[in-house]
Amino acid sequence: MAALVLAEHDNKSLKDATLVAVTAAKALGGDVDVLVAGSGCQAVADAASQIAGVRKVLLVDDAANEHPLAETLSAILVKLAGGYDAVLAPATTTGKNVMPRVAARLDVAQISDITAVISPDTFERPIYAGNAIATVQSSDAKKVITVRGTAFDKAAASGGSAAIEKVDGAGNPGLSKFIGQELSKSERPELTSAKIIVSGGRGMGSGENFKLIEAVADKLNAAVGASRAAVDAGFVPNDYQVGQTGKIVAPQLYIAVGISGAIQHLAGMKDSKVIVAINKDEEAPIFQVADYGLVADLFKALPELAEAL
Amino acid sequence: MKIVVAVKRVVDYNVKIRVKADQTGIELAGIKMSMNPFDEIAVEEALRIKEAGKAKEVIAVSVGPAQAQETIRTALAMGADRGILVKAEGEVEPLGVAKILKGIVEAEQPQLVILGKQAIDNDCNQTGQMLAELLGWPQGTFASKVELGAGEVKVVREVDGGLETVELKLPAVVTSDLRLNEPRYASLPNIMSARKKPIAEKAPADFGVDTAPRLKVLKVSEPAKRQAGVKVANVAELVDKLKNEAKVI
Repeated sequence: MAALVLAEHDNKSLKDATLVAVTAAKALGGDVDVLVAGSGCQAVADAASQIAGVRKVLLVDDAANEHPLAETLSAILVKLAGGYDAVLAPATTTGKNVMPRVAARLDVAQISDITAVISPDTFERPIYAGNAIATVQSSDAKKVITVRGTAFDKAAASGGSAAIEKVDGAGNPGLSKFIGQELSKSERPELTSAKIIVSGGRGMGSGENFKLIEAVADKLNAAVGASRAAVDAGFVPNDYQVGQTGKIVAPQLYIAVGISGAIQHLAGMKDSKVIVAINKDEEAPIFQVADYGLVADLFKALPELAEAL
Repeated sequence: MKIVVAVKRVVDYNVKIRVKADQTGIELAGIKMSMNPFDEIAVEEALRIKEAGKAKEVIAVSVGPAQAQETIRTALAMGADRGILVKAEGEVEPLGVAKILKGIVEAEQPQLVILGKQAIDNDCNQTGQMLAELLGWPQGTFASKVELGAGEVKVVREVDGGLETVELKLPAVVTSDLRLNEPRYASLPNIMSARKKPIAEKAPADFGVDTAPRLKVLKVSEPAKRQAGVKVANVAELVDKLKNEAKVI
């Protein structure tokens, strides 16, 4: 039994989502190798080799892999899959983009977004935006799996000393090319790994008013998130969105401000350890999941909160 | 050129679902069903491309039970030209749907296939990518903008860090994210005229596809419920609780 984990990275640093996927892979009970595919990504491979419990790091360092195109990455995974019983990736936008291609090529069903490993062929995964949990058993010889980032502990990032083995890529089949990206620049922690998140909803009224959220976030060294309504209204960029179709988060503390608590949003944050809701509508559904609720006008409460912290 | 759009019949997004007492699935009896919201966005995008004069025909395809015909009718009422219903009872997994769609693509020869990025029932997020791989086509998933050129399509994608733009050689597969467009409502005259539009009926066997599931659902259960906590009177009390009771700040 051996599993291969696709590393999530930006050619410079290894993302925490990888550590979560390694934990899920270890739960399958066999050896765990990590694939780092990128360009100029030796530092990432070095970091991956330090992960506790990793047997081997496979490194594809090739200009064709500078950006994680589905067509190029899936070709590498398909090539390597022969040596493994399971191929896993974090359920990030990269993992979700690439893995179904691998599954289709191997003619197996993908098991998306697993939240628990019951046995090497049986898994739990949320369906209906997390309003039900399905336990599924795979009859395929090879498993292709994406792993929910909040569902497993992170494997220790140090303590390992895996060998790094260079392997050839698969080139770019010439079907697609990367044109550009607009990445949100922020000094704050990333949403999916932040310990504290302060999120704003439609109640914020404008993008300008998110400054009130940022002032609180600065005091707590927190990430800033948003509900779908706030993103749809154009207050903040798409990558702020927490929810069923945005990012799934589970920080130590989640502060929801001016968010009513649609099922869609709750699906993305209900596994947070402590939830605080600030909303002027005391009937808002968000209060049903909040550990601490404050019925108040956010335009008064947020400055007070920033002051008090 | 033709565009194929795949649409799925799912539990309406406004319905609060209930898990069956015997844990075999979700209670579906008497529940309102609708087109998967992401697929509505896919239909809308195909129609806009056609209305811009860049496509001649939009074909709506659904794999599902006889009632999935209603879902296709919705797409026809929005403006799609004709439909194909591939009748299959029981759950067809994304791999099975992708194989059926591949058969349809080979018969219809579209330059573009647009699908929703995921269905809101099983939240798999697989079918578009699987179809692209089976066809040997490129893919632009989680699209928030689609610009069709002569031999290529530019897709702006919603990714974890922000937005990414890729250029795909046609033919290609695109999957829609929430902000690609706002789907139109079908007008009454269009709903009436949609009744006359043709829907062809097929079976998975017509495409040589075995839809037997690869995943066995052992049970479906309720997630752990969160208990509502306490209301605090003011900001000072909130900060005190977070510091001294929850100890998270």
